[in-house]
Amino acid sequence: MTQGILNWTRRGLLASGTALTMALTLGAGDAAQAQTPPGVLIVGQIAEPKALDPAAVTAVNDFRILMNIYDGLVRYKSGTLEVEPALAESWDISEDGTTYTFHLREGVKFHDGSAFDAEAVKFNFDRMLDEDHPFHNTGPFPLAFFFSSVEEVTVVDPLTVEFTLSAPFAPFLSNLAYPTGLIVSPAAVEEYGADYGRNPSGTGPFSFAEWQSNTHVILNANAEYWDGAPELETVVFRPITDANTRTAEMLAGGIDLMVEVPPVSLSEFEGDDFTVVEQAGPHVWFLILNTKEGPFADKLVRQAANYAVNKTALVENVLEGTAEVAAGPIPPAFAWAYDESLEPYAYDPDKARELLAEAGVENPELTFYVTEGGSGMLDPVAMGTAIQADLEAVGFDVAIETYEWNTFLGEVNPGLEGKADMAEMAWMTNDPDTLPYLALRSDAWPDKGGFNSGYYSNPEVDELLETARVSTSQEERAAAYKEMQQIVQEDAPWLFVANWKQNAVTSGAVENFALEPSFFLLLKDVVKN
Amino acid sequence: MTGYILKRLLSAIPVLFGITVIVFLIMAMIPGDPALAILGAYATPENVEKINRDLGLDAPLVARYFIWLGNMLTGDFGTSFSLNRPVIDEVLDRFGATLLLAGTSFILCAILGIAAGVVSAARQYGWADKGITFAVLLGISIPSFFLGMMMILIFAVELRWFPVSGMRMAYGGGGFADVANHLVMPAIALAVVATGVVARLSRSAMLEVLRQDFIRTARAKGVGEGRVIWGHALRAAMVSIIPVLGIQAGFVLSGAVYIEMVFQWPGVGRMLVDAILKRDILLVQGGVVFVAACYVLFNIAVDVAQSLLDPRIKT
Repeated sequence: MTQGILNWTRRGLLASGTALTMALTLGAGDAAQAQTPPGVLIVGQIAEPKALDPAAVTAVNDFRILMNIYDGLVRYKSGTLEVEPALAESWDISEDGTTYTFHLREGVKFHDGSAFDAEAVKFNFDRMLDEDHPFHNTGPFPLAFFFSSVEEVTVVDPLTVEFTLSAPFAPFLSNLAYPTGLIVSPAAVEEYGADYGRNPSGTGPFSFAEWQSNTHVILNANAEYWDGAPELETVVFRPITDANTRTAEMLAGGIDLMVEVPPVSLSEFEGDDFTVVEQAGPHVWFLILNTKEGPFADKLVRQAANYAVNKTALVENVLEGTAEVAAGPIPPAFAWAYDESLEPYAYDPDKARELLAEAGVENPELTFYVTEGGSGMLDPVAMGTAIQADLEAVGFDVAIETYEWNTFLGEVNPGLEGKADMAEMAWMTNDPDTLPYLALRSDAWPDKGGFNSGYYSNPEVDELLETARVSTSQEERAAAYKEMQQIVQEDAPWLFVANWKQNAVTSGAVENFALEPSFFLLLKDVVKN
Repeated sequence: MTGYILKRLLSAIPVLFGITVIVFLIMAMIPGDPALAILGAYATPENVEKINRDLGLDAPLVARYFIWLGNMLTGDFGTSFSLNRPVIDEVLDRFGATLLLAGTSFILCAILGIAAGVVSAARQYGWADKGITFAVLLGISIPSFFLGMMMILIFAVELRWFPVSGMRMAYGGGGFADVANHLVMPAIALAVVATGVVARLSRSAMLEVLRQDFIRTARAKGVGEGRVIWGHALRAAMVSIIPVLGIQAGFVLSGAVYIEMVFQWPGVGRMLVDAILKRDILLVQGGVVFVAACYVLFNIAVDVAQSLLDPRIKT
């Protein structure tokens, strides 16, 4: 009797098992193996976008979508960080550097059909900057301070718009090329109000089609694009927050383009089926040294630390070649402002020991703030540990304290005084001015609202940075930045470590893809077979 | 029975109230604030203050709690700042996905777990019992996120039977077959541990029951072995199996967090992880309260079901 039941059970299990397998295989048959169709590019993003309103977002992840929907008045020339005309065909700058007059491109229309003109430009900047603007409540606009020097935007005629600045501000054009300066359709903002971020309309090569939360954002080609219609029909942005899963999707053919490949996964893509693209960008990874107190108050000790760390080993072993050794505070991606003659601090432990002896310190104790991860921080824990080992090899005594990114910023940004001797940090910027101006000037100490958390102060550097900021001549600016880099490298307020090379992987079906030094993702000319 | 249900529902109110206090305090106490998450390296004290003002985070703690609670009682869970969208819309969207995943896993674990337990008990120390016991031990011992990653590597990357991640195809998907196809791997990965636990406990519950007098009586009266096991014994054993199922439902729901991360399932677990990292206070609070409320309600339903099955439990 018992036998009978078990027979039934076994048979039953077998039958249901077979049925299940068949059902699954059928399901798999019509969906999983399907490769993505030609003309449709599927991009694996690192997160769900917050909004598709360029004035309201701050994340590179969101910028990757926005740069394909919108244009700014100006943009970066392909492959460089120099501005060229976009929605503005040309511009004049007044002698004193405070008035910028833009001559706008004629006949450009937003995706919603409304016309792009001087009124639209004024609307965009007033919305961000004027608290009394009827649509200022569609914010908040966290990066509006990029344009805090703008006093007034005036419509001269439908195709001419004038910006009046409170003081000369050289990075102004470059800030206009940044996503915060992208131009949105006033008609769409008026229609959707606070929901504009989910119903975007710009002038760019792709128009917004659909946003399904946590699944995808779909853009379609804008055949009327003023700079020529894009090659692709459709772009799908998929948020895949887990880096391992993103890698698996790329390997399985679920996505055609993957950004921010983890260094350890790069070897997966060595075959002919994939193309790995790399591009150095305006990124610096460094350690802020507390120049106010403790061992690093002495320049010799700071230089000793710079000599003690094996940067080459860091970028080659820890980062698997996804970065290059940094020489100073300005990344080489800003070619016009970068001082080519600057040599990185060599890896020279003996020299480090000599400098420590010369400074008369023995086994200086250091507290080292390390973060677990964060925007542009690469592999901060592994890097922190390697740096600790190098410093200890020459006689430093380093205690690491690790914090989660938000907590870390909350500790570091208000200044290191009384807490730590050094902290990891990384910046990605759009102008050589930004980082040194916000993080190296005497007037940028944390109590004055800046990011100079290590309290570096050198009047010469302050003056050079002011000069570079107000000058409208690129040559003059470049000269000032180059001099500044020499001084800062010598003073060593930071331990200069690495400049990140952004990477991406494309499948064999994708052609004509390149990364930009701006870290933007531009898909207009990409072909998908 | 109505009185019992009502009593249980009333007793859930202080529990939920306690949950609101706890989740609110946790979010208030964890270091780092939303302004830092928004501004990143650009977080100057001035900018941080402005954003906090825009988000209404400059009010005193107690006031913020009561404003939040009051709004929630009127059905307003606030707006998520990281997604720019009403919290309740997001939570409902995501909860549907979690329910589909956890529900499928739960059904899998209940059916397979009980079946395995019953077969195991009916053939105690036989080959089926040994095989099942071994499989159960293996299933319980493998961490589900690891199993998930291995399944992706084998069945999605190598064999390409199933898609790697997500709930539907990024382009042109969304039908029943498409979603079912995406559901297979995460549902199985999530169900494995729970199935093992259910199988183990079903086995011991069945063995307990099979030793009792009424089973011997039934057999003596000539009731077929099939009816004895699947009818008499299982029904009696269900009284001890159902509470286990209740606990496993909670386990599957919380286990969904890892599985949703690995398979990028757009559920509420992944939403909470992202929201915590971004310090999206209202989204975390609203999500936790909603999930907790569902869990409490589910537990009440389990208790009610149990009292229906077993008249000895006082209602």
